[in-house]
Amino acid sequence: MHEFTEAFRLAFALVLAGDADLIEIVGLSLRVSLTAIILACFIGLPLGAWLAITRFRGRGAVLVVVNALMGLPPVVIGLLVYLSLSRAGPLGSFGLLYTPTAMIIAQTILIAPIIAALSRQVIEDLHAEYDEQFRSMGLSRRETIAALLWDGRTALITVALAGFGRAIAEVGAVIIVGGNIDHLTRVMTTAIALETSKGDLPLALALGLILLVIALTVNALAMSLRRKSHSFAHG
Amino acid sequence: MADPIRTTALTLKAGGEDRIRALDLTLSARGTTVIMGPNGAGKSLLLRLLHGLIAPTSGTIHSTGRQAMVFQRPVMLRRSVEANLLFALRRGPYAQDAENKCREMLTEISLNTRAKQPARSLSGGEQQRLALARALSLGPEILFLDEPTASLDPTATLAIEKTVQRSADAKTKIILVTHDQGQARRLADEIIFLHNGQLCEHTLAAEFFEAPTSQQARAYLAGQLVL
Repeated sequence: MHEFTEAFRLAFALVLAGDADLIEIVGLSLRVSLTAIILACFIGLPLGAWLAITRFRGRGAVLVVVNALMGLPPVVIGLLVYLSLSRAGPLGSFGLLYTPTAMIIAQTILIAPIIAALSRQVIEDLHAEYDEQFRSMGLSRRETIAALLWDGRTALITVALAGFGRAIAEVGAVIIVGGNIDHLTRVMTTAIALETSKGDLPLALALGLILLVIALTVNALAMSLRRKSHSFAHG
Repeated sequence: MADPIRTTALTLKAGGEDRIRALDLTLSARGTTVIMGPNGAGKSLLLRLLHGLIAPTSGTIHSTGRQAMVFQRPVMLRRSVEANLLFALRRGPYAQDAENKCREMLTEISLNTRAKQPARSLSGGEQQRLALARALSLGPEILFLDEPTASLDPTATLAIEKTVQRSADAKTKIILVTHDQGQARRLADEIIFLHNGQLCEHTLAAEFFEAPTSQQARAYLAGQLVL
């Protein structure tokens, strides 16, 4: 109980003092995870929509693979990205290992399948409703995908939110490819892991509390966006 | 103006059954053709075949010209009333002047004061009026309507019928499926009567209602159950 009290006190103290290290860690966490979610949405949403409206031989197998990728362990992704970016790896010449870019790549790979799989289900349901209308209007496949993504925005905000939640809370992949280097690749989750291993539980808990507040804030923002578009979705 | 629509031995099989059986039809390029028949006769299937939404099992369909369709249950996009109409206008012949045309059409269907509201908040009749305006905004030469007033009250039905009649007067070919004999009498130039996917009658509306030649059509018009 003492740790919790101390954690709250420390969290408030750090935030109120505008601790530079804390701001740097929180800022990097947000930069990495927000960039990853934007990239993952650019990849996952069109892919999910395309899978939703396209019928082809082997589609069932592709859906199984995409769904299975949702459950990929972050450490496995971290390891694969590490092998690709390490000096001997195929992308080693770019010198990206132990940089925020490597962390963004790992998180994007981690959450793009989540965005694709969840948006596929959302878009498929919407497509079942709109299909005849769109075909009657002679929409191209590209126009259909664009219209479905726009009209499914209410549910897709939740999908993006699920992806962001997974990214910001992720530790396994970013610690492997980022290395948890102070002032360079240290994010909240890796800092929490480090402080816990050092036995500095109040600081770890304080960071955890800040992480929770960020998650709550992002959810609240998304919910207000959702509410606004929900009125157009359902009248 | 679109050519007449012609079908040759048009057949659709589904679930191991013949749903449309070798229909040979020639529909005039103008006027209103009403497709009637009991439930399961294949009316909506024929409409979808003619519009190209489903492919026939065999046989051919020849039709030209821009087409649009209004469905029994209007499909409203999850957008405002105005955005629903603009979505179609930007794909039709009025694309260059979509905003002005949108205001004009919304005034015509008395939805101009609700332009910014979500389309799904409209009543059933209002949604169907908007769906009809959306179809007409594509500038169709052939307009297909699948029981567009099936669940509407008389006032809403009248509004839809007036718009359909105006379109027919403006040389748009109308092909309408309905169960409503009164509506068929009011709108039809010619009637196609189907039963079990077979063509029982294809004749002028006046002749059909005056002296139907098939036993199924006589029973249907007399309000008897047609099995």
